Amino acid sequence: MSNRVTVTLTVNGSEHEIEVEPRRLLVHALRDDLGLTGTHVGCDTSSCGACTVHLDGLAVKSCTILAAQAEGAQITTIEGLGGEHSLHPLQEAFWNEHGLQCGYCTPGMIMAAAALLEENPHPSEAEVRRALDGNLCRCTGYHNIVRAVQSAAQAQAPVAS
Amino acid sequence: MITAEFEYERPGSVAEAVGALAAADGDAKLLAGGHSLIPLMKLRLAAPGRLIDISRVPGLSAIERDGERWRIGALCTHTQLSRAGVGLLSEVAATIADPQVRNRGTIGGSLAHGDPASDLPAALLALEGSIVAQGPGGERTIPAADFFSDYLETALGPAEMIREVLVPAADGYGFGYQKFNRRAEDWALVAVAAAIRVQDGTCADVRIALTNMGPTPLRAGAAEAALRGAPASAEAIRAAAGQAAEGTDPPADLDADAAYKRHLAAVLCERALRAAAGIA
Amino acid sequence: MSATTERHVGQPLRRKEDPRLITGKARYIDDIALPGTLWAAFVRSPEAHARIVSIDAGAARARPGVHAVYTGADMADIGGPLPLAWAPPGVQVNNPPHWPLARASVKHVGDPVAVVIGDDRYAVVDAAEDVVVEYDPLPVVTDPEQALAGAPFVHPELGTNQVHQWTLAGGELEAGFAEAEVTIERRVVNHRIAGAPIEPRGVLADYRAGTITLYSSTQVPHFVRLFVALLLGTSEEKVRVIAPEVGGGFGSKLQIYGEEIVACWASRRLGRPVKWVETRSENMAVTHQGRDQIATVRMGARRDGKITAYHVQIVADLGAYNMLLTPLIPSLGAFVMGGCYRIPAVRTDITGVFTNKCPTDAIRGAGRPEATHMIEVMMDQMARELGIDRLELRRRNFIPKEDFPAAVATGVVYDSGDYHASLDKLLEHVDLDAFRQEQARLREQGVHRGIGFSTYTEICGLAPSRITGPAGVGVGAGLWESALVRVHNTGAVTVYTGTSPHGQGLETAFAQIVADRLGVDPSVVEVIHGDTGTGPEGRGTYGSRSLANGGEAIVKATDKVVAKAAKIVAAELEAAPEDIVVRDGKFSVKGSPDKGMTLAEIAGVAYIGAVPEGMEPGLEETTFNDPENFVFPFGAHACIVDVDVATGKVDVVRYVAVDDCGNPVNPLLIAGQIHGGIAYGIGQALYEHVVYDDDGQLVTGSFVNYALPTAAELPSFELDHTVTPSPVNALGVKGVGEAGTIAATPAVTNAVVDALEPLGVHYINMPLTPMRVWRAIEEAQAR
Repeated sequence: MSNRVTVTLTVNGSEHEIEVEPRRLLVHALRDDLGLTGTHVGCDTSSCGACTVHLDGLAVKSCTILAAQAEGAQITTIEGLGGEHSLHPLQEAFWNEHGLQCGYCTPGMIMAAAALLEENPHPSEAEVRRALDGNLCRCTGYHNIVRAVQSAAQAQAPVAS
Repeated sequence: MITAEFEYERPGSVAEAVGALAAADGDAKLLAGGHSLIPLMKLRLAAPGRLIDISRVPGLSAIERDGERWRIGALCTHTQLSRAGVGLLSEVAATIADPQVRNRGTIGGSLAHGDPASDLPAALLALEGSIVAQGPGGERTIPAADFFSDYLETALGPAEMIREVLVPAADGYGFGYQKFNRRAEDWALVAVAAAIRVQDGTCADVRIALTNMGPTPLRAGAAEAALRGAPASAEAIRAAAGQAAEGTDPPADLDADAAYKRHLAAVLCERALRAAAGIA
Repeated sequence: MSATTERHVGQPLRRKEDPRLITGKARYIDDIALPGTLWAAFVRSPEAHARIVSIDAGAARARPGVHAVYTGADMADIGGPLPLAWAPPGVQVNNPPHWPLARASVKHVGDPVAVVIGDDRYAVVDAAEDVVVEYDPLPVVTDPEQALAGAPFVHPELGTNQVHQWTLAGGELEAGFAEAEVTIERRVVNHRIAGAPIEPRGVLADYRAGTITLYSSTQVPHFVRLFVALLLGTSEEKVRVIAPEVGGGFGSKLQIYGEEIVACWASRRLGRPVKWVETRSENMAVTHQGRDQIATVRMGARRDGKITAYHVQIVADLGAYNMLLTPLIPSLGAFVMGGCYRIPAVRTDITGVFTNKCPTDAIRGAGRPEATHMIEVMMDQMARELGIDRLELRRRNFIPKEDFPAAVATGVVYDSGDYHASLDKLLEHVDLDAFRQEQARLREQGVHRGIGFSTYTEICGLAPSRITGPAGVGVGAGLWESALVRVHNTGAVTVYTGTSPHGQGLETAFAQIVADRLGVDPSVVEVIHGDTGTGPEGRGTYGSRSLANGGEAIVKATDKVVAKAAKIVAAELEAAPEDIVVRDGKFSVKGSPDKGMTLAEIAGVAYIGAVPEGMEPGLEETTFNDPENFVFPFGAHACIVDVDVATGKVDVVRYVAVDDCGNPVNPLLIAGQIHGGIAYGIGQALYEHVVYDDDGQLVTGSFVNYALPTAAELPSFELDHTVTPSPVNALGVKGVGEAGTIAATPAVTNAVVDALEPLGVHYINMPLTPMRVWRAIEEAQAR
């Protein structure tokens, strides 16, 4: 079968047109077609969250979305959240708090956390933990990830005293 | 993992979608959020020849109060529903999987998938809601009690799609949803949805439905009958909840055999009923 | 050149690794693309045990874009089966061949029978589905105790399922039990778990004009190079193995995997790069698993609490094949079987067994979590039997700090320890009296809260070659570690380590060590690892060895650089080499701090060649460090749980850990390792379990039902530490990568028992799933 679909995506602010099989997963379109390899794949079952990106402002698992379904969407990946010289507060906080070890879950974890802070700028520890329950980490025990999210929340929008 | 190949189309209306379904002659699946279907396809447990992507069909994403009922568009996501203040359904939607999945999964997709371990079917059953389906011959309304026919099977015809879900507002009812799983993101091993209308200290109406206690969501008829008309007391609730699993024959899962599930049903039923009756 | 006066060792420096990781710029295996790459997909057995009748790859080969389909028969030219590197002197180990692609039969679900190679990562999966394999199913055995009893046999030609028997004994066991006034026996299960790094495995093999470059998500690139060379009939200089960014390993990437060999072989055959990235489903089925021991454990003690004898008989389910270290793993626990106690007689008997399951091998802790679980659960059981407080019983048996270095009955010498101190410190954080009051109050409200303890030591820093090498326990390689320290013209430093970190933060820790010794800032110390094409031969990262062994190698190499630099400075400044000190970022003359040279100035002299007569130019040194002993980190953990007795669900509400890993190099990294280790242990105790049904089908084949704990299931952890330097290395450090995991499972288990004592539950085995806990309560209530 050689059916292909043309998909237009705006990724990290740049528009791309790609021609792909209908079955192409968004995560593979991002990684293999657009070269944005910061978004990772850790499972087959929408369980681990390593592939989390923002699609039209919402955190989603890009391994469970067809590229074709994302036609016309605005997508933000870890590369678009912040770069080496313009770290997002969450990236900075993950660094400062030692919120990562092997780093494989980290982009998805940061993207999930970014969506949380958009919605809830000052989450409690329990809220952070619950909001990250779709992202698996095997290295950190989550302890420092939770610290990082809370410290980024502080940095991003200090609570008025 | 990679899905098998398929054709893809994106109809612009319900009528077009239904037409495409009919034309595919049983070899097509509707694709909404895709969070039930795509994982199955990636594991190659499902391999439809054609996907009909209805996620852009306009007019299917609203949640509206319409008199004594709520009308919920088939494409409403669990996130949307969880924030819409639709009583029990909102409470239940908030427990589904994780935030990313709730951002994509839809009520229509969840119901059409017919998985007895899903959360929304039992809640809809408890509330005696119904499903508005559109097919080539027009529209029909299917009561939840008639909708779930077997494991992963529903009353939907081969060319029918869910357009909206109707849920009684159930004003005056208290709700409880008790979901038991090993991890917050997991499917329920067992869950119990309960709604009670208390009048003058008596349970005037009682609705209890069970998740993952059989091939479909089930009403806990014996427990309902035991509590209906009884005082809204902890003792009466406990006695009624003891009958929650009556008549069920739950399949054994990895983490719960039948006996344990039946026990859980009673425990969770008591907790759900207490929550519904406002007993701490 | 930046220079520094502060000491970096001991500081919580944030990691040098992180900028690439937090911005999505790191390069893991699947992020590497080579022009012309072909994709591989494996056809795997759905049967747990079967004879391969036929393989029809015609339809797959006919698919567009498919370049080849290979089976075991096509690979007849390889130099041998996959390796087992353990040949214990005097012990017979049954070791039937384990081929990269199955030859006549398959022995567990997921065993590979063919590989499809083609242009596109999606299309090869389709083609693999089209390979038709006819299987003749054979009888299956999954229960190791049944497997020992007789047929069916996993390898019928052996006529037994027994892999080996191995014993480690010290002291007079029978005399010890005779002296005992109380003897208890328990069946202790350490169930099978998965390594489950979030990055699955992957390989990219690139054969070009006689040389192979293999990128592999591995913990042991040098071992992989050796075996690729041996199995492909080439030599090591023709093989370069690169471990790129590796997304966690936990022992599961300490292996020589068939896919590594197949990819190299196919790349050579096809003249194209060949890439394979494991799916999670494959990872759950074919990446080696861990634990899976059933032990009969006997402990004898006098009424006064003195433990007199300890005997552990382990049936170890090793799965279908021996892999690199499979049968050795339980033995690693035997060395510390007596835990942190002075037990005069300790004996461990291990029987390895084949079953139709995925092979086991090293998974985080590798033998020591099992041993620690046994002794720490048994201490609680014995305390109850004797009517002695369980912490008091521990204290009465602790090896006192005056005894270190302490020879123990198992024959090893614990390097240093102060077990009373760590328990004392733990109890500064956990007010037991207050807890008991709270526990009683909560019980009245129907909340069943319990507290459990674990006081542990473990053996790590693998390893002194004389002990673990061929003449010792029989590993076919000395487990020394190497380092090369190179000072560049500008005074920047590159360190090559033979360790292969994959999340541990060694680029940072090693830079801190080197920076202090050379008087430079850690930011100008680059650490290169995981590439056999650079630096000396190495041994990789596992067994909490990288700092105690690899770090010590770096110390020694750096000190050689310092010695040479001092000679250069002495010559330049007309001073004696022994009067040169490193201070304020300079090599200066003792007593004349203004007279000195920076490292850049010294390097300048070294590379211009204006060195003292008889000295070679350049400024770099290599070392191979072979430690004189293992290191033995230790500590005391407390876990507090709430058990919902109506459902059996266990919730960890508090976890306090006091650990001692010697001198801290980077407290941030230590805490991270302990956090992760504790979560790993809680995961095993409460959530994770690899389950096969009686037909050998893998029930837990994905992350849906292999339950890794998420953030929502775990509490924050409270950490503290004591510092008891190791005398084994100059840094005074001990490994910390496995300690948390090793300590955690008994703390959790003992807490659950503590919570359930009033209900009559006095003993329970992991995994403490809700159904198992509920059933234990039901059974106890029915008694």
